[in-house]
Amino acid sequence: MKRYFGRKLLIYVITFFLAVTIDWLIPRLMPGDPIQNMLARAALNANAAERMYTYYTHAFQLDLPVWQQYLSFWNALLHGDLGISTYLFPTPVVDIIKAAVPFDIFLLLPAILLSWWAGNKFGAYAARTKRLDNTVLPIAYLLTATPYMWLGILLAWVFGIILGWLPIAGAYSYTMGTDLSWAFVGSVLKHWILPFLSLFLVGFGGWAIGMRNMIIYELEADYSHYLEALGAPRKLIRKYAFRNAILPQLSGLALQLGVIVAGALVTEVVFSYPGIGYLILSAIQNQDYFLVQGCFLFIIIGVLLANFLIDIAFVIVDPRTRKGMVGE
Amino acid sequence: MTRATKKKRNEFLYFAMRNNKLKIGAVIILFFLVLAAVGTLLTKNDPETFAGPMSSPPSAEFWFGTTFFGQDVFSQFVIGLRATFLVGAVGGGLATLIGMLVGFIGGYRGGVIDEGLNVMTNIVLVIPTFALLLIISAYFEVRGLFMESIFIGLTAWPWAARAIRAQTLSLRSREFVDLARISGMKPLRIVFSEIAPNMMSYLVMAFILQFGGAILIAATLDFIGLGPTQGFSLGIMMQYAVLWGALPLGSWWWFIPPGAAIATIVGALYFMNVGLDEVFNPKLRET
Amino acid sequence: MSLRVEDLTVYYQTLRGDVRALESATFSLADGEIMGLAGESGCGKSTLSNSLIRLAPPMKHIKGRVILDDQELPIADLHAMNEYRFTEISVVPQYAMNAMNPTRKIGKMAEELLRSRGIDARKALPELERRLDLVELDHDVLKMYPIEMSGGMKQRMVMVLSTLMDPSLLLADEITSALDVSTQKAVAKMLVGFRDREIVKSIVVITHDMSILYQIADGIMIMYAGQLAEKASTETIIHSPRHPYTKLLITSLPKVGVKHDEVRLKGIPGNPPLLLDPPTGCRFRERCPLAFEPCMDVPPFVEIEPNHFVACWKEGGANA
Repeated sequence: MKRYFGRKLLIYVITFFLAVTIDWLIPRLMPGDPIQNMLARAALNANAAERMYTYYTHAFQLDLPVWQQYLSFWNALLHGDLGISTYLFPTPVVDIIKAAVPFDIFLLLPAILLSWWAGNKFGAYAARTKRLDNTVLPIAYLLTATPYMWLGILLAWVFGIILGWLPIAGAYSYTMGTDLSWAFVGSVLKHWILPFLSLFLVGFGGWAIGMRNMIIYELEADYSHYLEALGAPRKLIRKYAFRNAILPQLSGLALQLGVIVAGALVTEVVFSYPGIGYLILSAIQNQDYFLVQGCFLFIIIGVLLANFLIDIAFVIVDPRTRKGMVGE
Repeated sequence: MTRATKKKRNEFLYFAMRNNKLKIGAVIILFFLVLAAVGTLLTKNDPETFAGPMSSPPSAEFWFGTTFFGQDVFSQFVIGLRATFLVGAVGGGLATLIGMLVGFIGGYRGGVIDEGLNVMTNIVLVIPTFALLLIISAYFEVRGLFMESIFIGLTAWPWAARAIRAQTLSLRSREFVDLARISGMKPLRIVFSEIAPNMMSYLVMAFILQFGGAILIAATLDFIGLGPTQGFSLGIMMQYAVLWGALPLGSWWWFIPPGAAIATIVGALYFMNVGLDEVFNPKLRET
Repeated sequence: MSLRVEDLTVYYQTLRGDVRALESATFSLADGEIMGLAGESGCGKSTLSNSLIRLAPPMKHIKGRVILDDQELPIADLHAMNEYRFTEISVVPQYAMNAMNPTRKIGKMAEELLRSRGIDARKALPELERRLDLVELDHDVLKMYPIEMSGGMKQRMVMVLSTLMDPSLLLADEITSALDVSTQKAVAKMLVGFRDREIVKSIVVITHDMSILYQIADGIMIMYAGQLAEKASTETIIHSPRHPYTKLLITSLPKVGVKHDEVRLKGIPGNPPLLLDPPTGCRFRERCPLAFEPCMDVPPFVEIEPNHFVACWKEGGANA
């Protein structure tokens, strides 16, 4: 088990190190004077522009040797200082991200977990059940092949425009105060449903198909044949197959995180949902490097954290990792 | 070719012809391929010019209606289809190629080289490559379709590398590989003449999945405006549709075809993949 | 009479037609008997064993009956057979090394298997532990996962699991072939122990290893190309076989006491026929040194002396 976590942690540390380096490179690789470029976009009055130019020259430390710039970037990072945004001057990037993160957690956590859970359950149920296998699974294929934003657009069009049941932009009604009233909670939920549904449905299709295929493999495994030879009830055989099929599905979840991040990003764009995805796109469009850096860093940390949690879950469900029989 | 392998091929062919998933998937892909190839001949409308009436629904003149600016949606659509297939072929192909390279070398060589490649694969696997793609794309003021495909290929390979490595590892210790090794065959030749042909089914399936994956990534990039800066793609069509109010205007003919085409093409690819799996793996065939 | 098989015929359905893997098998098994079932690979011995417990596609029941303890088994009905599997007839499969769920503790699996037959695992625990003692497994194995066990341990554990319900008949398919020589002997002896303690009434041991049968089997049945060739007591088969195939098989074996790898097995010339389109008549005809005119017809499996059955025109067949 030590070896298992040791290897994983090594990968995470290297990845984090690499990601921070890429992050640091972002403004420095841009052609021309990054600060000029950046400020040119953020149409400001002369006074503010002056102030900002002084601030950013100092913040980027372009006058120092490269290795010193790099070290102080790490230093600032470890002190939780991600600089100040141009696009939302003069709010610190950390504060902007802090405001966006709750929306991401609120949207992504249920969407990822529920689609994974429901998809696996349904896929396991549909496998080798001819009627479902032939009717519902093609729909699942279509769902998992659907671009996230298109499903979002469709849902917005049907439920938002045609039926007019649900709002299609923002995280809550902007005419409302953000105090914790029932009306506010209701508004938040209403705005949440469609983006959640886009993410949920695409994920659901993928997991259902993955599970269906895995279960069929497992039902052909020796231990399944043994149970059949002993006349064990179908329910028990399926239960065992499910237990074994869920393992690759769990590592699949870790592998899918990147795709889910991309999906969340465009879904937030379609529904103007104020999470990190929406933010990073605005930051890119406005060439707000500090904000891009901050968002990228946050996404990396989030993905690494999620990977780590999945590793822990894996150890809990797979005795082989626990007993140190498997290298990775 | 020995008689046994020939017989095996014939058997695969027999099951391939009988497999509905494979057939349905292939027919759909073929349909869209033909449409992409000859589509521009079916319409005399230019995708860029503002020829027609604004936001008009499908008609005999404009099969898929017109955009907010009066452009022909159908001619944009068939050009977008071409872009989609190009991204899939180039991006998916490159990803499979890199995956093969990394997988073969790591799996066959083993040792430190394998360890190193493994760490590299895992890192690229963990990094949210889409965020990386965003930033890379944002660097370039002018972006082409080909360039986009290359970037996608460069970030999408780890999955294939992993699968191919595992397969190579299991084939490496087989008798026929040992035989080749003893008879003094060079490692590179062993990989390409002994190992690769024996996992052809795997390679084909890996390519199909990467093909579909590349299409989806490209569509996502295009949609947020970080795709090619020139021309059309299905993702760009969706971007413009949303940007220019196709939703409130109810111009469904503008945003439904591109997304539906992507979903159908990628879905058909996945469907074919499961069909192929059943053809190559007798245990999965329905009884 | 514990088991009676009458005219059992089972084919495999393939693309190129039916593979006639088991043709008109008729034999019986006495209470308390350990019968060895031997023959080259592909001779149909596993088909015979599989059709007794789980006759699933692509296997297809053509004809014949199986009677166990005066009850006819619904062998052609996958579902109805569940009632008899495990309780009346059970199997230690060829793939015993992988027969246990890799992600379940052994004890948990035993518990769930018992519960599927309505038995409270807690009450059955003392008996389970007694049987672990019998196969010399530590009680702690119940807390282990299969990957923590050696091959021999897994083999013995599966033997315990398969016999938990005290079945009347146990099919032991190649139980020693995955083990090293020293473990082979021990496992074979334990199998005898199961019969001696009346945990199971009778056992069919399927193997290509005649030396194991010589040690533990009361009787031996030889199969060739999907047909029964000869059945008699172990002594008779080893020392005075009558079927030409058995004779060749026995003489090709190394002498007792001589290690396998020191002697090159003197194989039987020729190959078994393909069962997709087998020759008519005696299927051993083409390789048989004694073949003559009547061999164009299928020889009946007749009792030439008490408890000695042979399917050969040169032997009992000529008198029939």
